Amino acid sequence: MEVVKPERFFHERFGLSDRALERVLGTALERRADWADLYFEFRVNQTASLEEGAVKKATRNVSQGVGVRVVAGARSGYAHSDEVSLERLELAARAARAITDERGAATALPATRAATAAHDLYPVVRPPIDTPTADQVALLQRLDAAARAVDPCITNVFAGIGIEHRVVLVVTSAGAVVGDVRPLVHVSVTCIAERGGRREQGSYGGGGRFAFDTLLDGRAERFAREAARQALTNLGAADAPAGTMTVVLGPGWPGVLLHEAIGHGLEGDFNRKRVSAFTDRIGTRVASELCTVVDDGTIADRRGSLNVDDEGTPTQRTVLIERGILRGYLQDRLNAALMQMPVTGNGRRESFAHLPMPRMTNTFMLAGGDAPEDVIRSVDRGLYAVNFGGGQVDITSGKFVFSASEAYLIEGGKVTRPVRGATLIGNGPDVLTRITRVGADLRLDEGIGTCGKDGQSVPVGVGLPTVRIDGLTVGGTQA
Amino acid sequence: MSGTDGSARAGTDLRELAHDLVARAHAAGARAADAVAVEGDGLAVGVRLGEVEKVKRSRQRRAGLRVFVGDATAIVSTADFSPDGLAALARDAVALAHATAPDPHAGLPDPAELAGEQPDLDLHDPAIERLEPEQALAWARDAEAAALAAAPEITNSEGAEFGADAGLVAYASSLGFVGAYAGSSASLAVVPVATRDGAMQRDSWYTAHRKLAGLEPPAEVGREAARRTLRRLGGRRPPTGECPVVFDPETAASLLRHLAGAIAGSALYRRMSFLLDRLGEQVASDTVTVVDDPIRPAGPASRPFDGEGVRQSRRTIVERGVLRSYLLDSYSARRLGMKTTGHAVRSVGDAPGVAPTNFVLEPGPHRPEAIIGSVRSGLYVTELIGFGVNPVTGDYSRGAAGLWIENGELAHPVEELTIAGNLRDMLRDIEMVGSDLRPRNAIAAPTLKIARMTVAGA
Repeated sequence: MEVVKPERFFHERFGLSDRALERVLGTALERRADWADLYFEFRVNQTASLEEGAVKKATRNVSQGVGVRVVAGARSGYAHSDEVSLERLELAARAARAITDERGAATALPATRAATAAHDLYPVVRPPIDTPTADQVALLQRLDAAARAVDPCITNVFAGIGIEHRVVLVVTSAGAVVGDVRPLVHVSVTCIAERGGRREQGSYGGGGRFAFDTLLDGRAERFAREAARQALTNLGAADAPAGTMTVVLGPGWPGVLLHEAIGHGLEGDFNRKRVSAFTDRIGTRVASELCTVVDDGTIADRRGSLNVDDEGTPTQRTVLIERGILRGYLQDRLNAALMQMPVTGNGRRESFAHLPMPRMTNTFMLAGGDAPEDVIRSVDRGLYAVNFGGGQVDITSGKFVFSASEAYLIEGGKVTRPVRGATLIGNGPDVLTRITRVGADLRLDEGIGTCGKDGQSVPVGVGLPTVRIDGLTVGGTQA
Repeated sequence: MSGTDGSARAGTDLRELAHDLVARAHAAGARAADAVAVEGDGLAVGVRLGEVEKVKRSRQRRAGLRVFVGDATAIVSTADFSPDGLAALARDAVALAHATAPDPHAGLPDPAELAGEQPDLDLHDPAIERLEPEQALAWARDAEAAALAAAPEITNSEGAEFGADAGLVAYASSLGFVGAYAGSSASLAVVPVATRDGAMQRDSWYTAHRKLAGLEPPAEVGREAARRTLRRLGGRRPPTGECPVVFDPETAASLLRHLAGAIAGSALYRRMSFLLDRLGEQVASDTVTVVDDPIRPAGPASRPFDGEGVRQSRRTIVERGVLRSYLLDSYSARRLGMKTTGHAVRSVGDAPGVAPTNFVLEPGPHRPEAIIGSVRSGLYVTELIGFGVNPVTGDYSRGAAGLWIENGELAHPVEELTIAGNLRDMLRDIEMVGSDLRPRNAIAAPTLKIARMTVAGA
């Protein structure tokens, strides 16, 4: 795939001139509205999947389309189509302005070329989408071998590669034209282990906005061995405990705690509507003073990073909690304007078929001062959870869950037996106040997270150092 | 929603497109192929605190092609319907298949399994295509207003949303099969927020149907949403221990979803199911009978043929606790040495998968009040959150909220708790099945009581 600037890409592909786009924005703003924008998207997704030692399936999906948005106060009108033509754009603009009811005031400014995007976080010489399928097949076969080599009890291996190439262009009535070319690659491995009539699974994976070759530094094989190791560990797992106890979370992906417990609750839309358990709590204590939590969309190569969000705003590092005090929300344009707060570059959408919303990027807690071994040693009896599946939160009550897929008992300051997966449940505004130790070992996840909100999925990242939480409910079966 | 110029003509066009793609695949070197094409228009509106929040119109059109080159497979899709775009699609598919490994089980279904005459299942409501945003907004407003008026403790709202879609699906394959059908759906949902002593709770209620006339009155939806929200105020944490657990119909349906996943051919041949090799055996208590019916008129998942063109029929899946049928597409059937059950589902950009259609746990003899009345001390679950279900082992651990049952009555709300067990035991321990089945969703169940699970709370 030739890498060209998004402006030129869409101009050449659909033959839409700047003047034509200005005219569409003019139509969108013909009645009383605050602003309007156009969102063009072209996306190619490829997958290759292996099972039973062979890559039997490959897919390639191409999608393209445009969305027209008109905003007036808290109202959004939106129309989208996967036919990109001037005629469709005009129809969409008329449909989107249906939210406005008076004849107009605002006018579109001439579309001007924006300066280059504020960041260049994922410069790749060869986009991963251009990786020959044969190279992907070869890697998947190596992963199969690596996982099976761990132990003869590994009876099946499922491995997959997913590659995305997404080109977006935002044209706003304020005159901005901002584009972004977003590569994304991930590899995932699931192993089945069987022994003595018992079967278990283990899963692991990772990726980011980088070239395919980055996966070839040994990390993909490490993911495969890790999936196998987890499956084997779970074969020997005892029933998990039930009840409220001290929980130590390992570094990295267990940061999904932050995503569920506080991240969603700090998204601007929920706070503007006053339906979040964190409503009106800026400046108050929501965590122990050991905790500083940020959302940072500007980390190079990361799955959750973006040069600009899906409204054309450059991403940034936003401090959410500083030494336990709630400092900020995550905003898109609409909610920032209505709350009279700054935009934070968190206006994201799944595709041209969706309205943007405030969403997280990479959300993590800064490192503390404890050695991770000391954090574990400080616990007489508790749970040590190191790998997780997904989580979910009820924004309004603040109750959140996340499900451990690999966990151990801590007995007398030592990690002892593995236990079966269990869901952990807590209360968002309360759980971080119970953090009594924070390790020095901050780690970001491997790059596999996908966040769902209101039916829209976007790639995200999380991170965490080892932390000790004094009192979290563990949903095992052993009461 | 304007845009489709009469479903009959558009259906013919889409059928021709699918047929044309199969021909192009053969010309490009495929041994066999099948194609699916979809188009649709949607309207979604949102109202919050009486004000318009969003009006969204969507239009989509996509085509997908699966090719078999020798025994190797590839799947491609596009939204580019230009002649060049369609020609490129077939070429890309064949090129991609050259990179994948042959699979002797790959291929289309046995021609004898294909649907012949395609019944009219009453799946499409032309009124949805004519629906204007003003009407949709009025219904959303009415529903939210009823919720807000229900009690002073309803202080806020996440809003009410009305959505409607109408569209067409066409499928064609090298076996000579060509079919198309129109479908529509509409839904209305309300999410009120209640406050007491500074603590907020939200819950929701909704109505959904293929036809506008099948929706419940907006005010009733709003009042039910308010009732469900208000009863959550003042939630406490229950003690940790074992007790009977009663699932309301909404949460009971989620158990049925786990059952469907475990008997899907794709999970079985991969040995990723907690119900391996159990056909003909008792997998649930004898109070449980589950039926899958893809040809129920106006059913939410009804269809004249499956994702491979296979004929559809009503099937008893679990009969008084005994597993009578798996859910299979042609690939998983060949893997298992069986025949397809017509459960292939096809998204435009992927190979067929396996899923149930209208999958219903048949109502039992007990009124829900009688089920609650049978519990001395236990949990009534109204909400489940999280993903703590292991499909390989059946291990089950999810976050929950609901009401505590004391001496056969709903005593007080409970929250911040988990329920845990193993799905194999949970299905066997279903002690009572309610009479309150309302099959408005594809997967539906009445109230269920499980004899014993572990509740973790304070």
